[in-house]
Amino acid sequence: MGSDSQTWLGYLRQDGRKGIRNLILVVYTVECAHFVAHAITQGEPDTHVIGFSGCYDNQYAIRLMLSLARHPNVGAVLAVGLGCEYTQPSRIAEVVRASGRPAESFFIQDEGGTTKSIAKGKATVQRLRAQINAETERVPMSVADLTIGCECGGSDGTSGLAGNPVVGTLFDRLVDAGGQAVFEEIVEMIGLKEILLSRASDAETRKELSNAYDKAVAYCQSVRQYSASPGNFAGGLTTIEEKSMGAFAKSGSRPIQGVIRVAQSPPRPGLWLMDSVPDPHFMQFGYTNPNDTEGLMDLISSGAQVILFVTGRGSVIGSPIAPLIKITGNAQTYRRMQEDMDFDASRVLDGGLTLAEAAEELLELIVSVAGGQQSKPESLGHREYFVMYKHQNAPSLQVGCRA
Amino acid sequence: MKTCFQVHPSDNVATLLGDAAAETVLVLGAGELTLVEPIKIGHKTAIRNIGEGDPIIKYGVRIGRATQPICVGDWVHLHNCASDYDERSGTLDGETGASGDMNYG
Repeated sequence: MGSDSQTWLGYLRQDGRKGIRNLILVVYTVECAHFVAHAITQGEPDTHVIGFSGCYDNQYAIRLMLSLARHPNVGAVLAVGLGCEYTQPSRIAEVVRASGRPAESFFIQDEGGTTKSIAKGKATVQRLRAQINAETERVPMSVADLTIGCECGGSDGTSGLAGNPVVGTLFDRLVDAGGQAVFEEIVEMIGLKEILLSRASDAETRKELSNAYDKAVAYCQSVRQYSASPGNFAGGLTTIEEKSMGAFAKSGSRPIQGVIRVAQSPPRPGLWLMDSVPDPHFMQFGYTNPNDTEGLMDLISSGAQVILFVTGRGSVIGSPIAPLIKITGNAQTYRRMQEDMDFDASRVLDGGLTLAEAAEELLELIVSVAGGQQSKPESLGHREYFVMYKHQNAPSLQVGCRA
Repeated sequence: MKTCFQVHPSDNVATLLGDAAAETVLVLGAGELTLVEPIKIGHKTAIRNIGEGDPIIKYGVRIGRATQPICVGDWVHLHNCASDYDERSGTLDGETGASGDMNYG
């Protein structure tokens, strides 16, 4: 039980949450500012980028970006716009400053073009870094202070037998230690309504889960697309129901405390389901999780300082803001893609490890990464992000995105 | 001997834990059976005879239905098992899983 009580030094934020990194986040507000934003962060390893490609703003996308800009792992923000778009960099910086973090913004048009904007951005990043390095309070952290998110992608027949059950066992440990566990992909619970509802902590949660499930099924029917890909089928998964049972194993066995939405943090410790499915709206916004990166962004928006990704076929994505730890239950994939895989869960299938031993080993790895060791995707420089147009009915920004 | 894994006692399929040829394999905790055809890691074989229209059971739950009679040792996949939800899965290539209902030209 050693890993549950280990401590390391984290970064204290004004709202009481603790980060495991002290990053500077560059946020761009339209595709036209994409190049400049990335050029600013080149050669600045503690500086990550997210951005929204649309010129027309969208409440969901703004909520998502504001929650990421005030993530526990983020110490400071630079918002960069072109100057024509609806989404306002200065408003983003204002909200971030109100959370106690330094933040600045500018328009590329005002600075006089590419080169001058990159130079200004780099100078700003340097100033922000000096400020947060000097001012951010370091505090002891333990597993109880962690919010951990998990999703799976590139799943195959091993994911439901090894990768996801190991995470489920880890999630039970995290919940028992007083931490927060977040899982999503309700579109990968199709066919499991009664099993899902039986995990509710109380009658109100049962109703929330039921509503979220019904919405997901209706949405999948309307777009004629379930969350199963050619790779899943090639990997031996035959139906969405089969994939769903395997995916649901990552939730472990503890009661589900409630349903949160994208950009919302769990209000108290325990296990939470994140609903990322669009709510009814006059515009359809395509698929619920158009790619794995979109799901990871959702999990990070909950305030998760570390995220887990379970794969069977193999995957080479990473994430900005919160380090990604990659787990596979497929021994062939682990051997073939060892450079990208942090954890080999296939050992529970050949009898090399019990689920409890595997979860303990995974927790040790999480504690190391929380203490500063780079995960494999992080060390390789993977920083994929995805902010899309979507509609979700949601509480006010103050309630939804923590300060 | 190659192994396959039956998750729940009521399952009528088991998942291969390694690539196997048409050979006798061990169903962990449940004896042996002979595969009728090669089956890859992560894919399923029937451990009981299954009639057309009968449920395919894995993890102790219904994951779809048999679209044709299935015998012990058969590969259970897109060619003989259909989702109760996903109508598009009927157009998928059995080997690669690629969909056949999208126009590319």
